[in-house]
Amino acid sequence: MFRDAGLVAGKDLRIELRSHVTMQQVFPFAVLVLILFGIALDPDRGFLGRASAGLFWVTVLFCALLAIQRAFTIESADGGRDALRLSGLDPAGIFLGKAAAIAVQLLAIEAVLAVGVVVMYGTEVTGVPLLVATIAAATAGLAAAGTLYGVLAAGLRVRETLLPILLLPVLSPVLIGATEAFEAALGGAATDGWPWLGLLVVFALLYLAFGTLAFGTLLEES
Amino acid sequence: MEPAVQLRGAVTLLGRFPALAGIDLDVAAGEIVLLRGPNGAGKTTLLRLCAGLLPLARGEGRVLGHDLSDRRQARALRTRVGLLGHATGLYDELTVADNVRFWGRAAGADAADVAAALAGCGLDGRLRDVPVAALSAGQRRRTSLACLVARRPELWLLDEPHAGLDHDGRELLDDLVQRAVDAGATVLLASHDLERAEALAHRVVTLAGGTTGAEPPPGRGRVGPEEVALVP
Repeated sequence: MFRDAGLVAGKDLRIELRSHVTMQQVFPFAVLVLILFGIALDPDRGFLGRASAGLFWVTVLFCALLAIQRAFTIESADGGRDALRLSGLDPAGIFLGKAAAIAVQLLAIEAVLAVGVVVMYGTEVTGVPLLVATIAAATAGLAAAGTLYGVLAAGLRVRETLLPILLLPVLSPVLIGATEAFEAALGGAATDGWPWLGLLVVFALLYLAFGTLAFGTLLEES
Repeated sequence: MEPAVQLRGAVTLLGRFPALAGIDLDVAAGEIVLLRGPNGAGKTTLLRLCAGLLPLARGEGRVLGHDLSDRRQARALRTRVGLLGHATGLYDELTVADNVRFWGRAAGADAADVAAALAGCGLDGRLRDVPVAALSAGQRRRTSLACLVARRPELWLLDEPHAGLDHDGRELLDDLVQRAVDAGATVLLASHDLERAEALAHRVVTLAGGTTGAEPPPGRGRVGPEEVALVP
């Protein structure tokens, strides 16, 4: 399973490195959203600084949708889905590999966004351990749930529009938990954020476990 | 020896709709069988059923000893077959070598298998490091064929394998098929290029209206217009 996961993750990341979609489209999109939030809400940096946790994670959610769509678009082209089913790869390995590749892309996007938030919104970073742990857990949850719903929607003709409708409500616990934990970390009271981090860890573990078990069936039936 | 493919009254489903009108088919191990028939006769559907990609809705079916009515067995079968279909399953952004390496390693092939597949399909030169997006249709077909060869399947399921290939490509394909059969593989192919495919095949089975009619096991001789024995 882990060998197959490594194979799939390596393949997906190589495709992204060659296609430059994340670099040339998703990164600029993420920065653009940050700028638009800044323009739309308030040029006063004090307000933006206070709202930066929520704005950061809403932007991450939008970028996650793009990354998940992309991860399954490459499998939809030219019979890739049947080829995957015939490949002999363990479905759990495919799930973990695709989730890992999405997570790596999200981490890169989050790094860019973090710099953007600090520079544009004047946010001060204080509780670094909680921030790092929150990013890790939230990213794992986003990638796992996204991969699961991604394969569910991938077999449908209306996948581009259906995926956000299916996925955004499911990801609301991640948005809430990550925003609360970030606010606690940015506010300096890092201890208040740890219970929210627990929620994120549970969410990620649940979806990783469920995805490992259910991905094969979804790949076959959807 | 157990036939490589044995279908009795096989019906599958395309979505919710039944397909194939109760196919009877036997393919012996090491045999090359050509499926022919008009568009819509069910050739591609039959190949996908034999690959374990479509469910067996009615009848009986065993491929390489796997019971097609058992989903687990049908899935396990997939690692032992290679399907060359209309779609190539290739990733445009990756090079020819990357694609063959990925699909080969997915099936357990090592670096030597991948190198041999690339060389065997004439892709070990300049084309090796070319992104698939930059290939012609024929070169894509060759790359797809190399992916299949790297997997070293026991049952080759070839759907219009000569389509898009130039003369050299067709010669190469026929040679690869012959060598695979010499090494013990079985081949079921569907083609409209009858002259070339009949030269390659041991037997021809005609599909009409999703059925082969009452086709007896191979080796029992000619049974009428449904079947022509090309090789004794």
